[in-house]
Amino acid sequence: MKTNKNIFAKLFSREYRSRLISFLIIIVGYVAIELLMATGNLSSMFQSLLVPVTCYIVAALGLNLNVGVSGELNLGQAGFMCIGAFSGVCVSGALAGIIPNGIIRLLIAIVIGALLASLFGILIGVPVLKLQGDYLAIVTLAFGEIIKSLINNVYVGFDSNGFQFSFVENKLKLTPGGKALISGPMGATGTQRIATFTVGVILILAALAIIYNLIYSRSGRAIQACRDNRIAAESVGIHVANTKMLAFVVSAALAGAAGALYGLNYTTLIPSKFGFNLSILILVYVVLGGLGNMTGTIISTIVLVLLPELLRGLQDYRMIIYSVILILTMILSNNEKVKTFAAGLRKKLTGNRTKEAAADE
Amino acid sequence: MAFLSYLINGLSLGSVYAIIALGYTMVYGIAKMLNFAHGDIMMVGAFVAFFALNSFGLPVIVSVVLSMLATTVLGVVIERLAYKPLRQATSLSVLITAIGVSYFLQNGAQLLWSSSTKVFPSIIGNGALKLFGGQLQISYLTLVTIFVCVAVMVCLTLFINKTKTGMAMRACSEDKGAATLMGINVNSIISITFAIGSGIAALAAVLLCATYPTLSPTLGSMPGIKAFTAAVFGGIGSIPGAFLGGLLLGVIEILSKAYVSTQLSDAIVFTVLIIVLLIKPTGLLGKKLSEKV
Repeated sequence: MKTNKNIFAKLFSREYRSRLISFLIIIVGYVAIELLMATGNLSSMFQSLLVPVTCYIVAALGLNLNVGVSGELNLGQAGFMCIGAFSGVCVSGALAGIIPNGIIRLLIAIVIGALLASLFGILIGVPVLKLQGDYLAIVTLAFGEIIKSLINNVYVGFDSNGFQFSFVENKLKLTPGGKALISGPMGATGTQRIATFTVGVILILAALAIIYNLIYSRSGRAIQACRDNRIAAESVGIHVANTKMLAFVVSAALAGAAGALYGLNYTTLIPSKFGFNLSILILVYVVLGGLGNMTGTIISTIVLVLLPELLRGLQDYRMIIYSVILILTMILSNNEKVKTFAAGLRKKLTGNRTKEAAADE
Repeated sequence: MAFLSYLINGLSLGSVYAIIALGYTMVYGIAKMLNFAHGDIMMVGAFVAFFALNSFGLPVIVSVVLSMLATTVLGVVIERLAYKPLRQATSLSVLITAIGVSYFLQNGAQLLWSSSTKVFPSIIGNGALKLFGGQLQISYLTLVTIFVCVAVMVCLTLFINKTKTGMAMRACSEDKGAATLMGINVNSIISITFAIGSGIAALAAVLLCATYPTLSPTLGSMPGIKAFTAAVFGGIGSIPGAFLGGLLLGVIEILSKAYVSTQLSDAIVFTVLIIVLLIKPTGLLGKKLSEKV
């Protein structure tokens, strides 16, 4: 009995509580939405948002690892999503004849998208993580723009001879039965929509598991040490560049996986969708949710994706209201009076809880 | 000859980038924030100039002054309302606020002036200077653009190095605490910085729209990103750096459009930026900061 109680005590302890809450939110949310769908109470507009929301959540969780836990401002998350999306589309298109099962194909596409994105993460990370602060931000911004404009000029086709590539001009000569997968600025067309909400939710759970295991491991503590004080971390023997690289690459891989899921959710997808604005959008989710707070990221992503849709009744004014909410949230959350009020409230709540816990003992 | 003409076109585009980048770099140097709304302030300047010229038929000089006044006021108001409450906040919160302001300006412009593109009137005419027996043609607009940029640069350098306010600005960028102790009103210095940066952005807007005459609420975003890149390229916080960075960026963009590929010019510009930062992590003219333990 005693050990049982200890396990529960451990699960609900401060360290585990936040992890448990984020998993619970996702699972409860999933069950609720599935129930709504089964009873036909979910409008088609919300149904069309389900898969994109899961993609944004996964990409934002990855970015939070990078920006919140590792403390490096990354403005190129959309670039990694772009790599994941278009490689995912290619993989799925190429395997369509071999593996008819959509789910298996989707999973393979997600894995390959994640791998390719992390490969690019390593390529860009090796030189870039030596830079600091705003310079890292601008290099990741530049990287995102480069990826976007490269994919804008790539033509990929698949036929009996395998993949065919062409650059800047469409010179593909496909054998009969072959099909064009990416056609430059037109992007991916005629993609089979195999992304499902369930796979998206599983991807979020996997991302959470990966991130929490990383944060609470030896490497995770090293990452946070590098963020808090680079020099002190170096002096206790932590290899700063490698440690930051770990967070950067995991973040890129998650963005790639999210991108693959995103790409396979639409029949047509243009590269310019993955511009600077998308990177910024994901960064907004992360900052509003709270740096380093994964539960916050999940909630803020859901709220901010739904907000413009809920404001749709206000038509033209909705984006103005959205931007005002953004500015006010930032100003209020940094206001001293609001901060002391929130701290007092939190103290009251947790104070009560410790009393209850003491009574239980 | 073709090369020379591309080079001059590049310098002209680069001059516009340089003027916007000067605003970025000054605000960064003094307020230590990336003002992502800068490109959108420029867009507002372009619209004000457009309406002054088109709807009210004002002379060019008056329209330009009017649009500069409008953006100056706008810059100061934005700083007071959105950025001042965040003086003590983390740089990320300020960044997100700047993005919020950028969305606000873009969508506000769309609401007020609709998203249909408008055509900016010609302000200088189509005349051109013919050199080498007509082999090399330089339009007067190009000459004016380059001249304005050099003039802005010279005036700013003189202002910052010779006047008392300029000295106060330099003091603030070095150490705000010490500047306050010396009796400098840091808040008003930051306001002045925003005023100057936003004012010259209107100048850049008119020059940009005179060269590429289509107006839309998203007009400011790409030149904004490019100018930010130019500021980093030259070393953010450094005024000669922004000037040099802007000119180089313009030249690289036009030359790669002419000789490599139009579609890939952005990729080339950003690749050059990455290479420069890898060789010189603080940009071309940026100061190297030593770390204190």
